[in-house]
Amino acid sequence: MKIDKVKLKSTANRSLTSVGVSVAAVVIALVIGMLLVVAMQKNPMKAFTSMVNGAFGPGYFTETLVKMTPLLLTGISFALCNRCGLTNLGMEGQMYIGALFATLVGAYVTGLPWYIHVPLCLIAGFIGGGLWCLITGLLKVFCGASEIITTVMLNMIAQFLIEYLINGPMIATPGGNPQTKNVLASARLGTLIKGSRLNWGYFIALGCIVLFWLFISRSKKGYEVRVSGMNPTAALYSGINIKKNILLVTFLAGGAAGLAGCIEIMGVQKCIQSAFASGYGFDGIAVSLIGQNSPVGIVFGALLFGAFRAGGNNMMRKAQVPDSIVNVIQALVIIMVIGSQMVLEIMNEQKLRKQARKEA
Amino acid sequence: MGVGPLHIIGNVLASDIRMATPILIAALGLLLVNEAGLLHIGVEGTMLIATLAAVAGSYYTGSVWGGLLCAIIAAGLMGLLFAFLTITLRANQTVVGVAINILGSGLSAAMNRVLFGVSTTIASIDTFKNLPIPGLSKIPVLGTAFFNQMPIVYIAFLLVPVISYFLFKTQPGLNLRAVGENPGAADTLGINVYRTRYIACVVGSMLMGVGGAFLSTGLLTFFSEEMVSGRGYIAIAAVIFGRYKPTGIMFASMIFMAGNVLANLLQVYGVGIPYYFLNMLPYILTVVALAMLGKSTMAPAAQGKPYRRG
Repeated sequence: MKIDKVKLKSTANRSLTSVGVSVAAVVIALVIGMLLVVAMQKNPMKAFTSMVNGAFGPGYFTETLVKMTPLLLTGISFALCNRCGLTNLGMEGQMYIGALFATLVGAYVTGLPWYIHVPLCLIAGFIGGGLWCLITGLLKVFCGASEIITTVMLNMIAQFLIEYLINGPMIATPGGNPQTKNVLASARLGTLIKGSRLNWGYFIALGCIVLFWLFISRSKKGYEVRVSGMNPTAALYSGINIKKNILLVTFLAGGAAGLAGCIEIMGVQKCIQSAFASGYGFDGIAVSLIGQNSPVGIVFGALLFGAFRAGGNNMMRKAQVPDSIVNVIQALVIIMVIGSQMVLEIMNEQKLRKQARKEA
Repeated sequence: MGVGPLHIIGNVLASDIRMATPILIAALGLLLVNEAGLLHIGVEGTMLIATLAAVAGSYYTGSVWGGLLCAIIAAGLMGLLFAFLTITLRANQTVVGVAINILGSGLSAAMNRVLFGVSTTIASIDTFKNLPIPGLSKIPVLGTAFFNQMPIVYIAFLLVPVISYFLFKTQPGLNLRAVGENPGAADTLGINVYRTRYIACVVGSMLMGVGGAFLSTGLLTFFSEEMVSGRGYIAIAAVIFGRYKPTGIMFASMIFMAGNVLANLLQVYGVGIPYYFLNMLPYILTVVALAMLGKSTMAPAAQGKPYRRG
């Protein structure tokens, strides 16, 4: 009983430290970002307030939630693969293909009532992203190809494929803007608050967080996946089919990212435009990293990075400060969070080693 | 002088070589980093920082070589950051690489605003000029292709045998590969794993910087946001497609960029559609190569794994 309490206290302490570290990282990154604003000879206070206001101010907070939606899903995508010992860098490509499938069903299949059309589009988007990521899984399982490299390559392929389609076969008006036809009204996700872009996709993404939690912590398959990720040898000896799990996880993770692209189209953009998913994929890595691959952590990570995106947009409009500053801030947050996590780990190791030496 | 098919071939070859140069140098730099056992996804970001540093350096020193020096220093610092996080702190190399890409994209755009403001006029800077090699550049077809190029092009292609010799024929090169293959064994032989990896990472990043500098002060004569536009990823592809051999990487860069040159040529003649597919070529070829080679990709065995002493 006593040991349990100690253990509980130490885990509580550790998660408290990691929250503290994340907060400190954000603060330091913001200070450095504002120093860059000063170097641009702009008013940092104005930049900062317009950023905070753009993220959390009245009338703006919905935009943070809109930006948060795809990040929740790409965060899940990365975390799911990570739990299985895989590194999925291809969320952006999976978003594009998910969006493509959803647009094909949403814009070209006509005459369906919304209660059939909307789920059909969502399923199509999920399958699109899932299949795109499954290529990686198949190459990993049957050819031993590194998923890190194949996902990066598939990102670029998807990007050029979309460029080709929106400039050629799928262009809405030939000679016009490079974009596809709008998805039909029956295939759109309704807005939640009038005058905002916040739509039902937000709750679908939150629902996926719950599903992710159920799968990873409450299901037998999820347990198998975690074991395969933590100790492949142990998994092999206990009769877990690692290959099958890799295929399952790549499909589900790709599906989550595909859903992100799909929701972005059905709820926000209405049609596919060039580079509409730019950055959402790689930001998903940061979201999952800050959230330490846990469902609740991902929600906070997505909220933070969603706020950065929405705030950055407002800062650009109101204070004429380029949103590249936001990229710098985000990169610094990632570097400091991962750096301090490692420092804590190394310090912990040294403490244990000292203890062991004392006992010996 | 020959006008006609031969002339066109000479020009196409010349532009292929010119376009392949930034990829080649960056990929050779990445090869050094990879061979030391580090998986570096952040080539794109490192090159982006260098493109701006080169323009700024050239602007302030008045010489394109000053710009090159600035690019090398800036890229080397990015390499140092990567090395500190992944070697000393043993952080996940993939995540750090992604962070370097985001940082490179943001910092280059932000520093451009800091240094040059919002002025729409592009600062005129010193840039690389063609340096015809006396005599050789007069050879028909091959002369224009090989011997009437900018200095960096010659350096890039000379680096191929130099790095080949270094990696496979010298003791430090052997040590470097040993560290990437089996750091534990290398350590027991008295090779300083950490130091070797640090040096490889910084020098490799500096080469990526040279590639970036050539983009903004050679191929083009200005900085624009995101101007590396995927070349960092093509460099990653080139190393894999070239099977971790400098000569292989050279041919990979040239094959990859041949698609690009062809695409531009076809666009001139109004054949637009295959353009996007030719741009996809490097990535598709690499995925196919990975599928066919499987585990025999020649990738260093310890690539991507942090090394912990004792």
